[in-house]
Amino acid sequence: MHLTLKIWRQSSPEDAGQLVTYEMPDVSEHMSFLEMLDVLNERLTEQGEDPVSFDHDCREGICGMCGLMINGSAHGPRAATTTCQLHMREFEDGETILIEPWRAEAFPVVKDLVVDRSSFDRIIQVGGYVSVNTGSAPDANALPIGKEVANRAMDAAACIGCGACVAQCPNGAAQLFTSAKIAHLALLPQGQPERQRRTQRMVEQMEQEAFGSCSNFRECEAVCPKEIDVGFIAMMNREYLRAKLS
Amino acid sequence: MSWIVEFYRSSIGRKVVMAVSGLALFGFVLIHMVGNLKVYLGPEAFNHYAEGLRTIGDPLFGYGQLLWIARIGLLLAVVVHIHAAWKTTQVSRAARPAGYQLRRSVQQTYAERTMRWGGVIVLLFILYHLAHFTFGPDWAHPDFVPGDPYHNFVVGFQVWWVSAFYIVAQLCLGLHLKHGLWSLFQSLGITPDQDSGHGDWRRTFATSFALVIVLGNISFPLAVLAGVVQ
Repeated sequence: MHLTLKIWRQSSPEDAGQLVTYEMPDVSEHMSFLEMLDVLNERLTEQGEDPVSFDHDCREGICGMCGLMINGSAHGPRAATTTCQLHMREFEDGETILIEPWRAEAFPVVKDLVVDRSSFDRIIQVGGYVSVNTGSAPDANALPIGKEVANRAMDAAACIGCGACVAQCPNGAAQLFTSAKIAHLALLPQGQPERQRRTQRMVEQMEQEAFGSCSNFRECEAVCPKEIDVGFIAMMNREYLRAKLS
Repeated sequence: MSWIVEFYRSSIGRKVVMAVSGLALFGFVLIHMVGNLKVYLGPEAFNHYAEGLRTIGDPLFGYGQLLWIARIGLLLAVVVHIHAAWKTTQVSRAARPAGYQLRRSVQQTYAERTMRWGGVIVLLFILYHLAHFTFGPDWAHPDFVPGDPYHNFVVGFQVWWVSAFYIVAQLCLGLHLKHGLWSLFQSLGITPDQDSGHGDWRRTFATSFALVIVLGNISFPLAVLAGVVQ
């Protein structure tokens, strides 16, 4: 298939940046989106040009490194799919594809399509863990946890921290990420001792980073590759209220 | 007091304030609509109801006192609601100074996209509505008679473009409520039981009440224009 790519090129954080058009006359529909960019980069390298920088690691949809704004939606048109798991058969022959980096004050562009997501790391650093050393994995069923609770905790723990929620949010808010990270610990016994302190600290760190404010527009859950739902945001609000009022 | 300021500074706290003030305003809008249905019972019933609002709380409260307390409370709710919305917008604008060339909505609805401007239209409507039926200056009402709300109601809505503006404003209010009445539960952390199998009752609540209020309020200018209320 023949595709026209319009890619955001920005040589450094200070550079103003611009869209650059590339023609791709021979894309296989079986390629993943990142493989298609690999082909472009190989060609650019051969021509002595600077290849397009983009983040990627596992390429099997579990690491959270990749993430591009494709035709105006985070991770592209397919639901519950990371950019690396998106295949070119989702696009039409002759289509023009617009590729931009995540846009948020808290995710500054490093180069081209690479953004700095360490604001997420800092939210985790203030409380997204259990402080005590719990040793090796406990025996199965030694600690009884209801099936519904376990399911819900697992739903939240599926977050890979890719940042699509922030990228897609009209407000640039990080509520879905933060709530998932709070919820998966708040639901389990191991997370109880630090439950309120964790919620307060993580919410406060989220506020300090330059994220926006949630308006319950639900765009985040629509693009989340792990289908984390906004029910967790309500849960975080409840947890935060409880921590503040007690 | 300092914890309230700190709470309001957080985006979660601000949304809680928006939810609570919104709930109060919704309560008012609902009672206002239901009360105005008395217009269908004729001039005496309607004027009696309007006068009755001033004697609620008697003998604990004097004439019109409780009404004024309610008015002050509503004004406070409006101010707080708007400030929280304005602040939320500011914070969110700052969170994405460099925009996208293209950003498509995936599941954001029309009601959600129009919360901000729809809210502004509702505010302008409220100001006009107060001039139209409460203060009654010459530019706002052709023949305002203090103490005769039924007459003011009928004469006021006989101007077709005024009625048209009321209807448009009510549609804006309906959209605002459709998102707001769902969103407030979300902001307060009230969620349906995941496993109850009853779905999201908050959606049903929001859509039903938005519809009830819009239909009730729109019926008033339409009834006057159709000659049902005269």
